Amino acid sequence: MGVGITVEHLNAFYGKTQALFDINITVQANHATALIGPSGCGKSTFIRCLNRMHETIPEARVDGMVRIGEFSVYNGTSATQLRRRVGMVFQKANPFPTMSIYDNVAAGLKLNGFRNRKQLDEIVQKSLHSSALWDEVKDSLHKKSGASLSGGQQQRLCIARALAVQPEVLLMDEPCSALDPISTGKIEELIFQLKEQYTIVIVTHNMQQAARVAEFTGFFLLGKMIEFDKTEKVFTNPSDKRTEDYVTGRFG
Amino acid sequence: MRTRFQQQMEELREKLLRMGGLAELAVERATQAYTERDLTRCQLVLENESLINAAEREIDELAFDILATQQPAAVDLRFILAVTKINADLERVGDQAVNIAERIMDLIELPEVELPVDIPRMATAVSAMVRRSLESFVEGKAELAQAVLEMDHVVDRMRDEAFINLVRVMNEQPQVTQQALDALLVARNLERVADHATNIAEDVIFWVLGADVRHHAQAASAAPRPEATGT
Repeated sequence: MGVGITVEHLNAFYGKTQALFDINITVQANHATALIGPSGCGKSTFIRCLNRMHETIPEARVDGMVRIGEFSVYNGTSATQLRRRVGMVFQKANPFPTMSIYDNVAAGLKLNGFRNRKQLDEIVQKSLHSSALWDEVKDSLHKKSGASLSGGQQQRLCIARALAVQPEVLLMDEPCSALDPISTGKIEELIFQLKEQYTIVIVTHNMQQAARVAEFTGFFLLGKMIEFDKTEKVFTNPSDKRTEDYVTGRFG
Repeated sequence: MRTRFQQQMEELREKLLRMGGLAELAVERATQAYTERDLTRCQLVLENESLINAAEREIDELAFDILATQQPAAVDLRFILAVTKINADLERVGDQAVNIAERIMDLIELPEVELPVDIPRMATAVSAMVRRSLESFVEGKAELAQAVLEMDHVVDRMRDEAFINLVRVMNEQPQVTQQALDALLVARNLERVADHATNIAEDVIFWVLGADVRHHAQAASAAPRPEATGT
């Protein structure tokens, strides 16, 4: 099951440049939360603070508190431990190109020393089912490489790979921006199903996508969280003029 | 800035204002026709109806296009929803003006009699409601729309008085029943125009404030907000 995320007084920096300013947010378990905002507003930085990817950039640092369930992200936990609980899907599908479909999904588990073949088979199948890819690849699990799939299939393969390690939270950073509308529709449908088991945080430039898939939406601007509310409120009657200007396209 | 989108929204607004002008004119002509027993004005109202109907279709088509192609949100979405509803109300105002004109055409055929009903006074109040509801749309001001809602009770009372007085006339002077019935129907049609003006005002409030005040509902208070700060 998914767990909630609590962020308190989160600030993020790239060297001397501050990218996030005092972010406070509670993400509800087993819901999809969308983060919107113009390029450079900090939404991707924010999502990368949730699984400690931000600190992989030289001179980048974070202060503040992030909790995934009861698990403190920045207090005595290794990034590896954390990422078992927090899966991530990126803008560009990034399957391991030389690995088979099966090995792509099993990679995370194998990396963690998981060797039980029978259980591995079951988890791979379950993960591919969950990512709505099983029917399309079940006959070529070992024959085809991850890179041989279409863009949309590759993205669902990456989702299966993220799900295989049985995370509680799934972070998605513009997962559909390189996909056609049909593949986008499949991923969105998937998000709907996945939130029964996982907590999903999705960064998107596509405001209609945020409106379609997320129960809650946060609007970022210049590193600040301007508004966070139920999605229907943000898209029908936002409280802040800056949010309204952005969602109505008056911005910029 | 979405220039094309803003142009389409302005076009929609202008079309609705033209439609409002036609509906307002129809009510004005019909009520003048009552006072002056003027058949020509009645015919103008009937001819005007096709213009109103055509305008209604044009507005609906444009609103539909914008919804399909521009995916408006927030205040823009509320504006388009309000426009489509105001559009339907204005078309019904046009229909009521036609009903009034038809009753007057009937009255003109009959001997003129004195009736205990002040249709011109009622018409003045109703026309003011239509005009102010459209002004509230032009100005985008919820307080102007709110004033229209408050006027509706006055017109309701006028309609009730007209019913009581005209039914009494029908009982006491059966020879003028037809004229009294026509006048009663005119009063009822005017009261319905007032109801449409009220609907328009409610739609303006929805557009401007995002609050649903229909059926005497209180302005929707904001739902409890999830915890979030950072500004």
